[in-house]
Amino acid sequence: MTALLDVRDLRVSFPDGAGRIHPVDGVSFTIERGKTLALVGESGCGKSLTSLALLRLIPPPGRIDDGSSVTLDGTDLLSLKPDALRAVRGRRIAMIFQDPMTSLNPVFRIGDQITEVMHAHFKMSKQDAREQAVLLLQEVGIPDPDERLRAYPHQLSGGMRQRVMIAIALAGQPELLIADEPTTALDVTVQAQILELLDHLRRTRDMAMLLITHDLGIVAGRADHVAVMYAGQLIETAPTRELFDRPSHPYTQGLFASVPRLSGPVGRLMPIAGTVPPPNAWPAGCRFRPRCPIKHPKSETMPPMLRAGPEHEMRCWLAEDGK
Amino acid sequence: MSARPDEPILMVHDLVKHYETGGLFKRNRPPVRAVDGVSFEVGRGETLALVGESGCGKSSVGRTILRLQPPTSGSVRFEGHDVFRLERESLRLLRRRMQIIFQDPYSSLNPRMTVGEAVAEGIRIHRLAPGAEVNRRVSALLEEVGLDPGYARRYPHEFSGGQRQRIGIARALAVEPSFIVCDEPVSALDVSVQAQVINLLRDLQERRGLSYLFIAHDLAVVRQIAHRIAVMYLGQIVEIGPSEALLSDPRHPYTQALLSAVPEPDPAAPQDRIVLGGDLPSPSRPPSGCRFHTRCFHPLRDQRCVDEVPLLRPITGTRAACHYAETVAVPGVTAPVE
Repeated sequence: MTALLDVRDLRVSFPDGAGRIHPVDGVSFTIERGKTLALVGESGCGKSLTSLALLRLIPPPGRIDDGSSVTLDGTDLLSLKPDALRAVRGRRIAMIFQDPMTSLNPVFRIGDQITEVMHAHFKMSKQDAREQAVLLLQEVGIPDPDERLRAYPHQLSGGMRQRVMIAIALAGQPELLIADEPTTALDVTVQAQILELLDHLRRTRDMAMLLITHDLGIVAGRADHVAVMYAGQLIETAPTRELFDRPSHPYTQGLFASVPRLSGPVGRLMPIAGTVPPPNAWPAGCRFRPRCPIKHPKSETMPPMLRAGPEHEMRCWLAEDGK
Repeated sequence: MSARPDEPILMVHDLVKHYETGGLFKRNRPPVRAVDGVSFEVGRGETLALVGESGCGKSSVGRTILRLQPPTSGSVRFEGHDVFRLERESLRLLRRRMQIIFQDPYSSLNPRMTVGEAVAEGIRIHRLAPGAEVNRRVSALLEEVGLDPGYARRYPHEFSGGQRQRIGIARALAVEPSFIVCDEPVSALDVSVQAQVINLLRDLQERRGLSYLFIAHDLAVVRQIAHRIAVMYLGQIVEIGPSEALLSDPRHPYTQALLSAVPEPDPAAPQDRIVLGGDLPSPSRPPSGCRFHTRCFHPLRDQRCVDEVPLLRPITGTRAACHYAETVAVPGVTAPVE
């Protein structure tokens, strides 16, 4: 079975002084139809730039480097002409962001913002689009959808706005939904509602999802696969259960040890020493080396992704030692 | 008028903070009842966490206690002083003993001031050390919060979020407070850094005997640092008690819902959460009776919840403001405390 989305050796670069820095530096992954891949990492690791690159939304002077490849169901997205690309954006791949207020247009009624997507991608009468919009609002759990079509974004709560964003994303009937920190700006009880909704939609619509988050807790119940990112690279990938049972890269282990939990003993958290270095200060060799508790003799050479178990890979020389 | 040694360091009684919203064209609008009758105490060396979702009034409580904004009514006693009656000179002294650290340290640091100047400012204003001594103190403070003393000559923008929060903490400690309001101090930080800052706050408490009012929305974070927890909903405390009791045997349905919504990094954990229906009602027009009744899922909820305001009363390990707190709404929703 071929994957819906196939990303190979994706590199994004920005000018920095005389040279260029690579905040995304050789990222490869696949997403199967109807499955969720969670891309997990801390701020500055390159996870959001990765998702923007998939739709060629990297703001200049940034660019996607030659040799990168992004394929959606056989179509090479990086070589598409502008109008062919527009037919993919919002239609086959849709995106929702952390802060719905900045992605909704404050001066248009939400009904118009939903039907705009339909008119852009499908031949549809005004009446049909309106009816579709009502159904979509219903599907994302907005009460009185008829009424709400006439509302402006500022008249809705944060949770309702994110639901509207999701409705807009669904309007193109996408095969892949990219959700970039979709619940980070929301309260926990609202977060639970939205995550529930996204998961429900993915199942009922057989839609694949790329879930970008810094929160391992969100990943636990929602993703099929997890890819952990650090300093522009994937450093560990595995099926969710496998990753949570056997986190193997020292960085992933550090992340787990530093997450405060509701269960287990209360005590000192075990943080990772130091901070994430910026892209112009990445060390040679293994990029986690300066913070790593394990001083591996080979760490001055950059490790490739190595097999750490069934469907489980990590960028750490420990994998060679059978650990 | 000094405090007895066994008296709590902070006593808040029936604190009310309403914000008038009526502008020129919006007369007769009901005020936002951000804080609506909140009482609690913080002991010496203790951490009380104030937990709730945005708009519940938790930050307003913190700011009103410090007199960063005037209260509508109520009283606050701190180290034996009636905070709301203090005049200028004693208020200045109070400001030295009570400090606050914010969620976003960057917006509370002056970008044109070096880190050293920012930390030294309080020491100079309160004349806590002679001029020559100030730099030595600043170095010691930076070291205490885990920063290189050489950073004193740098500017805030040169630092990461975690480092800026450490600077904010050093700045608060500079005036030798006994009590610090921590307003979402780790919410903006990455997990690995968040853990560093939580550990630092714990160490400082131990070393300096500090008391904290720890304002946060994340129960998993709060559990790592709080001795007691108060849960707020629409301007009121709905449940308060020792951390372990509140997390392992929550008695207010809202506490249960909050606990259930915390995403646990464990795929084997049960995923059937309590998902609250609807949105938070407007704090200008809170529901009658129990303010949670519009979203409550307790099997016994009835007309009494609509008509009668429930008071905080002792249940098992905690005090909860629910008419039916003796019956657990949804059995099994607890944090498994060892």
